Amino acid sequence: MSTSTELPFPGLRSGVELVPTNDQPQTGKEYTSDQEVRWCPGCGDYAVLKAVQGFLPELGLRRENIVFVSGIGCSSRFPYYLDTYGMHSIHGRAPSIATGIATAREDLSVWVVTGDGDALSIGGNHLIHALRRNVNMTILLFNNRIYGLTKGQYSPTSEAGKITKSTPMGSLDHPFNPVSLALGAEASFVARTIDSDRKHLTSVLSAAAAHRGTSFVEIYQNCPIFNDGAFDAIKNPDTKADAIIPLVHGEPIVFGNGSKGLIRDSETGGVKVALVADVGEDAILVHDAHRTDPTTAFAISRLTDSGYLNQSPIGIFRQVERPTYDDGARGQISSAQQAAPGERQDRLAALIGGGDTWTIV
Amino acid sequence: MSGKQVKQLDRVIIRFAGDSGDGMQLTGDRFTSESAVFGNDLMTLPNFPAEIRAPQGTLPGVSSFQVHFADHDILTAGDAPDVLVAMNPAALKANLGDLPKGAAIIVDTHDFTKRNLDKAGYDVNPLDLLGDANDPLGEFQVTPVDLTGMTVEAVKEFGLSRKDAARAKNMFALGLLSWMYGRPTDPTISFLQKRFAKVADIRDANITAFKAGWNFGETTEAFVVQYEIKPAPMAPGTYRNITGNLALAYGLVAGGVQSGLPVFLGSYPITPASDILHELSKHKAFGVTTLQAEDEIAGIGAAIGASFAGSLGVTTTSGPGIALKSEAIGLAVMTELPLVVVDVQRGGPSTGLPTKTEQADLLQAMYGRNGEAPVPIVAPQSPGDCFDAALEACRIAITYRTPVMLLSDGYLANGSEPWRIPELVDLPAIEPGFATAEDLVEDPKDPEKKVFQPYARDPETLARPWAPPGVAGLEHRIGGIEKADITGNISYDPANHDFMVRTRQAKVDRIADSLPPLEVDDPSGEAKVLVIGWGSTYGPIGAGVRRVRKAGFNVASVHLRHLNPFPKDLGEILRRYDKVLCPEMNLGQLSLLLRGKYLVDAIGYNQVNGMPIKAAALAEAIAGLVGEAEGVEIDLTATAQEASQ
Repeated sequence: MSTSTELPFPGLRSGVELVPTNDQPQTGKEYTSDQEVRWCPGCGDYAVLKAVQGFLPELGLRRENIVFVSGIGCSSRFPYYLDTYGMHSIHGRAPSIATGIATAREDLSVWVVTGDGDALSIGGNHLIHALRRNVNMTILLFNNRIYGLTKGQYSPTSEAGKITKSTPMGSLDHPFNPVSLALGAEASFVARTIDSDRKHLTSVLSAAAAHRGTSFVEIYQNCPIFNDGAFDAIKNPDTKADAIIPLVHGEPIVFGNGSKGLIRDSETGGVKVALVADVGEDAILVHDAHRTDPTTAFAISRLTDSGYLNQSPIGIFRQVERPTYDDGARGQISSAQQAAPGERQDRLAALIGGGDTWTIV
Repeated sequence: MSGKQVKQLDRVIIRFAGDSGDGMQLTGDRFTSESAVFGNDLMTLPNFPAEIRAPQGTLPGVSSFQVHFADHDILTAGDAPDVLVAMNPAALKANLGDLPKGAAIIVDTHDFTKRNLDKAGYDVNPLDLLGDANDPLGEFQVTPVDLTGMTVEAVKEFGLSRKDAARAKNMFALGLLSWMYGRPTDPTISFLQKRFAKVADIRDANITAFKAGWNFGETTEAFVVQYEIKPAPMAPGTYRNITGNLALAYGLVAGGVQSGLPVFLGSYPITPASDILHELSKHKAFGVTTLQAEDEIAGIGAAIGASFAGSLGVTTTSGPGIALKSEAIGLAVMTELPLVVVDVQRGGPSTGLPTKTEQADLLQAMYGRNGEAPVPIVAPQSPGDCFDAALEACRIAITYRTPVMLLSDGYLANGSEPWRIPELVDLPAIEPGFATAEDLVEDPKDPEKKVFQPYARDPETLARPWAPPGVAGLEHRIGGIEKADITGNISYDPANHDFMVRTRQAKVDRIADSLPPLEVDDPSGEAKVLVIGWGSTYGPIGAGVRRVRKAGFNVASVHLRHLNPFPKDLGEILRRYDKVLCPEMNLGQLSLLLRGKYLVDAIGYNQVNGMPIKAAALAEAIAGLVGEAEGVEIDLTATAQEASQ
């Protein structure tokens, strides 16, 4: 086995736009590992995997500089199916592991794949702190609103009253709205998309990857075994026009084939749905994802019907610039190093030999 | 020198005790530094409440600092103080029980008010009874001094509030004791100049109080004797005084330098380990990144991530933190990544005694995980030794691609001793040996293709390749699910699991090949009793063994740095002796391991009171066992007085 004391990575700057690029065209196949994919037939995860495998070559990054980290759960098998560097870690802890990777290495594109149980139950603490710190990584939260791998218990995004194996008389838990939660943690990039809408999914992933800081993407993902139909309202061609509130930066927020829109609610200070015919086009809120203040984004996120998803805003809620933790940490290291020139060995001798000393001859 | 009598002593144990807000830790620390620079050998024992400010003047609020200094090599901070400096009634009451007959007490009379006496539970002011027939302090030599009053008087020119002026009383006391024991004053004066550089009046008041204390000793008739404790002979070299936590932090920095790796510390503040986080956060210039995580789990998670990315991942905590990190340690075992896990042990279980010492996490370190999850364990034996132990933990972690448990404890962490500063050329070089494209091999399924085998192993160490991201062709996935041998793919195959469990154990066992033989201390070669210990019991064991030898009996001792794997010659050494005594600050955890592995009847000497084991009591236990083995009665009382510790 050959050995080397050199770090195996060149001294390139970090971050998605600073990750070494590849000038050769890449294909999705190159990103496909030799491992057999073992999700249930019809699982929404397949669609997301396909989309990611198709999308990663477009980033044009060097494949060896991409790392996928996951926790535990069905979606967390994701890294095994991608031929990048990867770690399938422990339940809920992927954001913390990714934080270490992203902070230690400026030249890596770091991705976290997690689920509603992994990210919002056992790993809730790590999720909110990663978002707060704004570590340079993209978190993909596959939300199927059920525990799949443990075979069908309710999750923190299941609707209240849900009958499952562990809640025969109905769940008593009030569900999280993941987007509201992320905005509450002051995430700098917050989006929601759907497994079955590959085009939208890809466009959101592109924006997430381009964003410097923690990008949080909730992906509605169907579990055909334990929670089939959880997203029927927003997937059914007959109902989705009324269920999906599309968010496009710089455009009025309208849906229901143009009949409905969002307006300011003077009573609550939030936003509400109105008929365009009633209020007029000028009253319709124009989506501004870049607004520094998260209040409006949060108000929009509250329009999610967390019960049956008869209504849900989809798109990029918020995308703002904010200093990232890892850039800051590396910046401190580099300014400290500039202030202390010389060999590490000599400085170590000076450090341990400092303080009040005396010599015995 | 004044015209006072100068008396030679070979060693003294002083305890400074006062309210938590009285600055006793600083006072003790300064006295220690003066003694170190003077050239005495020394050991210290800080002892403070877990509360930041327990109610003023109460017994729970008493904070103390004990320093033992001598003209010869010593091993412990001393069993019982020769001198107690008590700044208030509570400090007097809380420490009186530890004093031997004839001990000297210097007491600040200022706070012996009705209110403070009540708080300390005194019905009568004991100072009023001095010399009476029923004097409760009759066994001691008590010198009442109005330290506070004299301090306020000495610093009045600086126009401080009475409260601020009185706060310099600890420096007055330090000055007095410095005079009494002929300590050099320059280090403290320059320390105060630096420490209070920005507040001139406070700086000047402290320096003035310090000098006033010295001058008071020189002029007053209350103290007629000055003591001289000559410098101790020490091996040639440059020395400094160092605490265990500082030495441990330096050892981790050195681990980074010696391996050429950036160090990444993920940590959550916890007593008594937080100082390591504080110290490492100062050393960014060495490429040390410190992340104060949201919790213990995130601390180790980030460290594992950093290790995966090619840094030396480190996490520091105490026992309760280890409990939280257990699952992640298991992940590091499974993914076979380098990781140093520092446990500065404290009294447990649960929150236990946060500021007191204990060695009761050994079995947690050894077995506290699900599944067969072997983790090497390294333990330092003294404050200065924390440096070498930390470096050794780094060596094992990097060489064998494994998490390593470094078991310090509260006594080592906060205690200090003179430390011979090592020459860097004497430190081991550590080879990270990252995998490169040359590690690609022919794909067994397709000779046209080259593949990377993340779970192939070095035949000597059984370590797997460490392949941080960034190298084309080495893309691989690791994780907590069982790995297939060689390929690292997910495997649920029964035979593979059995093989991998045994291989991970074998890898840890192989570390023993790299360990030097144990050094058994058995000068006569005729001892029938072996005393074996680990960690901070080194000092008390050494002192206890000396006492028994001083009484004319043979006893051997050996101290373990490596608790997992044990050194290869340990079994043979244990069998050489008729009896094996294992003193520990727990209920017999090392004894259990020794009994289990070597079928040796290790006899426990166990103490779990949050304090270091006392050498005198341990000597009695050793003497008892030696007496049994030799068939004689041993009485240590005759030699106890002169026995040094």
